[in-house]
Amino acid sequence: MRYLLFELKEGMMIAFRALKANKVRTSLTMLGIFIGITVVVLMSTAIKGINNSFQEGISALGSDVLYIDKWAWFSNEEWWKLRNRKSITMSDYEHFKSLAKLPLAVAPVINSQQTVKIGDKRVDGVFLNGSNADYVKTTNFTFDQGRFYNEVESNASRQVAVVGSEIAKQLFPRGDALDKTIKIGNANFKIVGVLAEQGSFILGPFNPDNQVFIPIGTIFKNFIAEHRGTVTFNVRAPNPALLEETKAEAEGVMRKVRGLKYDEENDFSINQQDGLMENYNSVVGVIQIAGLFITGLSLFVGAIGIMNIMFVSVRERTKEIGIRKAIGARKRTILTQFLLESSAICLLGGIAGLLAAILGSMMLNQYFPTSIQVDAVIIAIGVSAITGILSGLAPAYTASKLDPVESLRYE
Amino acid sequence: MNIINIEHIAKIYQVGLEEVRALRDVSLRIDKNEYVAIMGPSGSGKSTLMNMLGCLDTPTSGKYEFNSVNVSDMDDNDLARIRNKEIGFVFQTFNLLPRSDALHNVELPLIYAGVSYAERREKAQKALVDVGLADRVHHKPNELSGGQRQRVAVARALVTNPSIILADEPTGNLDSKTGEEIMQLFNDIHDKGNTIILVTHEEYIAEHAARIIRLKDGLVEKDEMVRDRKLPKLKVSV
Repeated sequence: MRYLLFELKEGMMIAFRALKANKVRTSLTMLGIFIGITVVVLMSTAIKGINNSFQEGISALGSDVLYIDKWAWFSNEEWWKLRNRKSITMSDYEHFKSLAKLPLAVAPVINSQQTVKIGDKRVDGVFLNGSNADYVKTTNFTFDQGRFYNEVESNASRQVAVVGSEIAKQLFPRGDALDKTIKIGNANFKIVGVLAEQGSFILGPFNPDNQVFIPIGTIFKNFIAEHRGTVTFNVRAPNPALLEETKAEAEGVMRKVRGLKYDEENDFSINQQDGLMENYNSVVGVIQIAGLFITGLSLFVGAIGIMNIMFVSVRERTKEIGIRKAIGARKRTILTQFLLESSAICLLGGIAGLLAAILGSMMLNQYFPTSIQVDAVIIAIGVSAITGILSGLAPAYTASKLDPVESLRYE
Repeated sequence: MNIINIEHIAKIYQVGLEEVRALRDVSLRIDKNEYVAIMGPSGSGKSTLMNMLGCLDTPTSGKYEFNSVNVSDMDDNDLARIRNKEIGFVFQTFNLLPRSDALHNVELPLIYAGVSYAERREKAQKALVDVGLADRVHHKPNELSGGQRQRVAVARALVTNPSIILADEPTGNLDSKTGEEIMQLFNDIHDKGNTIILVTHEEYIAEHAARIIRLKDGLVEKDEMVRDRKLPKLKVSV
């Protein structure tokens, strides 16, 4: 054991001596691993970042919220079957609300896309969310300024609006949005609240940061005739543990509200964010695996480069191997020496690549969420060490098997 | 007591379909503190015998006892250990590691012997002083003359305090004056009680030895003591 440690230490010193003697070749070989590790780590941190922000975004939606809708988020049903369902109306909402006992809050939601303007600033295609004062109870919103519109305002369909942080930033770069009047479509709305930053970029228009919240009555008044729209109910369970029970109750109540007979299929869907996550995983997961695979290929190419160089190095140093063997180096000693050499190349390249990836992800972070995790560091170093050993194995074995007499004669 | 005891060894190489009998039947004994020269024309089998004596190769048949230990059928690792501890090699082409300085070249066998850093540095330093290279410790081989390189090689051979020094044409790549200096160095080493086996085809080099073994066609042709042994003309500071 002690001798083994001694051998490792001496082998390491011999390896570094050899690497130092061939600086150009060493650094070129390292470059392969450097690039490989950099892209793999960058890729995995980007994936992690996207996943994290997606999860954050989703949890901003609330994991305990059900969305009762005419449409199903994910379904194998024929599209036209869903289309032919009756619209869900405000009177369905009143009826549902009066029958459902479990939910913490139920809010009707209808969306519209409109242009929002103030002075010469405008944001096109903003997601308008029309609901009532209960809506805020179905979310985990926090406010930068002001408040959510209240019951009086929503019942009276006042022209008031709560704006998402991103919209506020674009229309009021100086942060003085509160109490200003903005134009949504052709109607004027007074801002009563500005949300703090909530979600994540990955949800796009569904991110509350990019939305404007107004009383549902004003949507019907200004943008969508009530008989043409279909309302979604956001139903919040009292706590996540009661989600399934709330869902079961909601289904029963909804069937009653819709007047369905026992043999009729549901003409509504109860959606929840679980489905969103599953769907996300099934699509993005494949892309992630493909991404890692492709970047992994570059690491593989780097490894082949090392193997190649190590073979050349063994051939070039045949005489040296002969000398070492003649004066007492054992097979294992020679094997260790060459393995350490290739591992050192990989480790140095890997560490440099890791540093580059950390720098790169810091730079990327300004546009894109990334996060370097300890496990990425461990994996990067582990992968480069293993790459080094694997790519050095065949050349090192060749070297250790050389016959001392023959290799001493080699010129 | 014999250091080397060889009984009826033969070495047969397979070259293509042909068998080459490099050594047919060689028996010899070498005692402690002997100075032996092995001579013979090329093809006589002296290189093969030397590889055999140096434990770089094993005989096809016969018995080779080194310090009363049978090495004829040892495995590679045991042979490596014997080479490291018991044999000091000096080659015609010096065979130093080109990118390492003299000190590192000399300490190399000690590394393989598992000697600690401080101890082996000290021993290597001393070995270099002993061969007269105290001021060349940190020179690389290409910064040294041929004679100096061979001195580094001799220091490397001596540093482990081996049972025998095995020198293969040690003056073959040197001019005659430098060669003479190296031979004087060998004489000094021999005087200090070391056993030396010298392989050469030059008569005047072989005459430094006390005993000459002549090989021909894989057999010992003659094994004789040298009557008028050449002794050093000038004293090398040791």
